[in-house]
Amino acid sequence: MPFEPGEWAPLGPAPGMVYSRFPKHRRGETGVPAAPVIDVTDLTKRFGDLLAVDRVSFALAPGEILGLLGANGAGKTTTLQLVLGLTAPTSGRIRVLGMDIEKKRRAVLQRVNFSSAYISLPTNLTAWENLLVFSRLYGLRRARAKILGLLERFEIPHVLNRVVGSLSSGQITRLNLCKALLNDPEVLFLDEPTASLDPDIAEKVRCTLLDIQHERHLSIIWTSHNMQEITNLCDRVIFLARGRVVLEGGPQEILDRTRADSLDEVFISVARSGNLHLPAVEATAPASAGIP
Amino acid sequence: MWLRVSALVLRYLFLYRRSLARAGEIVFWPVMELLVWGFLTTYLDELSPKKPMVYLLGGLIFWDVLYRSQQAITLAVTEEIWVKNLLNIFLAPVSIFELMLATCIMGIIKSLLTGVLLSVLALLFYTFNILDVGLALVPFLICLLLFGWAMGMCTMALVLRFGQAAEALVWGVPFLIQPISAVFYPVAVLPPWLQVIAKLLPSTYVFEGMRTALDTGEVSLSLLGLALLLNLIYLVGAAAYFGWMFARVREKGGLTRLGME
Repeated sequence: MPFEPGEWAPLGPAPGMVYSRFPKHRRGETGVPAAPVIDVTDLTKRFGDLLAVDRVSFALAPGEILGLLGANGAGKTTTLQLVLGLTAPTSGRIRVLGMDIEKKRRAVLQRVNFSSAYISLPTNLTAWENLLVFSRLYGLRRARAKILGLLERFEIPHVLNRVVGSLSSGQITRLNLCKALLNDPEVLFLDEPTASLDPDIAEKVRCTLLDIQHERHLSIIWTSHNMQEITNLCDRVIFLARGRVVLEGGPQEILDRTRADSLDEVFISVARSGNLHLPAVEATAPASAGIP
Repeated sequence: MWLRVSALVLRYLFLYRRSLARAGEIVFWPVMELLVWGFLTTYLDELSPKKPMVYLLGGLIFWDVLYRSQQAITLAVTEEIWVKNLLNIFLAPVSIFELMLATCIMGIIKSLLTGVLLSVLALLFYTFNILDVGLALVPFLICLLLFGWAMGMCTMALVLRFGQAAEALVWGVPFLIQPISAVFYPVAVLPPWLQVIAKLLPSTYVFEGMRTALDTGEVSLSLLGLALLLNLIYLVGAAAYFGWMFARVREKGGLTRLGME
């Protein structure tokens, strides 16, 4: 029987439905845009002489997936750090779930979560021990059912009692995602969640995440260097270069506006020139910082 | 708050349960040290009519309490850097106070484990009874724990600021103060200018007080009071220093660098 994408994943979308066919950002039944879950205004961060983030403004709507793109050093990691309150801004305003991150950081962190391909859970503890510790850090007293449910969902229930250091990178990535979903976050920050995964596992991870996002109307900020992934997943993308927003819009809207064949082409143009210089297009000013 | 603090304590206990190397830190090195010093002092006891064993073994056990207390705090953070878990911790809704409290509790657990183990071994091998220190034992140990926490906070601040480059300080800082804390000898043997510095450390009064208690069986309240007062000053200063350094680290984006380095 020929392989059909989507068939292998009962936890993913309906059979025959792959993640790219999921409905994208919905505005809700009334069609009225809801208040943004993240609202960043004129965010600036200076490290000595280096202007790492330069008057960046953007918003994230409830249930929206926003791709944050840019070459290495473009400012996306610093922007994420600032939004999560890991780094103090030089100026500007960051509100997450209606709260000022500088003043209510812990209250915000209780309702958001983060997963990155570049950080790990302690490798000398078992999956169960790790998830138990983090569930308590997020205030969950009886977490066993939740932990088992998440491991099932990401198809790794068998790693429960295995030491993290003995797991494959695909299993570790999925375990990190289980940790990131323990507190039922309203906003999820995903830093290259599928980096270094083989295509099969990457597809499973994307499917499961989209499934959960769809169920919970979860808002996600997703960084990735995989432009196909971004095109398929994100409702909207922001391109950063030299700390500034140089392009913003829906993936298709950006392709239409730039007349590029793919986001890869746009990415390369932005990365090499620090702005948008595609042959057929003049540099496009960033769209409004508001929700589309 | 207590759920989060207990979660962090649990995290460190899981680590010690899973790692023989980490458990060795609590058992192996202190026991080896006790054996070397114990046999040396047995030999010195034969040579000297003043029987130096009680001072040296008492100093050794007390010193280990201070050392484990400092280590518990700094190693907790260093461990998170080693296993790239620092960002997960700082991105959880855990306050710095809760993190500190958890590491201080670990300090108590580690110091108690090591202290009890060394005391039992000293009694079995060398017939040295730490309880000979008398009633002053508990307040003196509390003073050492407090000073260990203060040192731990300062070292942790430096590790957060300078990263793995500052890791040597995790082990080095206690040994910086050991020669001037009069651990194994009276403060009077130090040169006068060094005595001035020694008297600025709470640990000096604890070790002096321990020797007085072993000699006379009496608790020197003045030494105990000075140790407590200095500890209070050091703890407030260390907390302020940590807070200032943490703000600087946030300003410089150091947490992410540390979390991913």
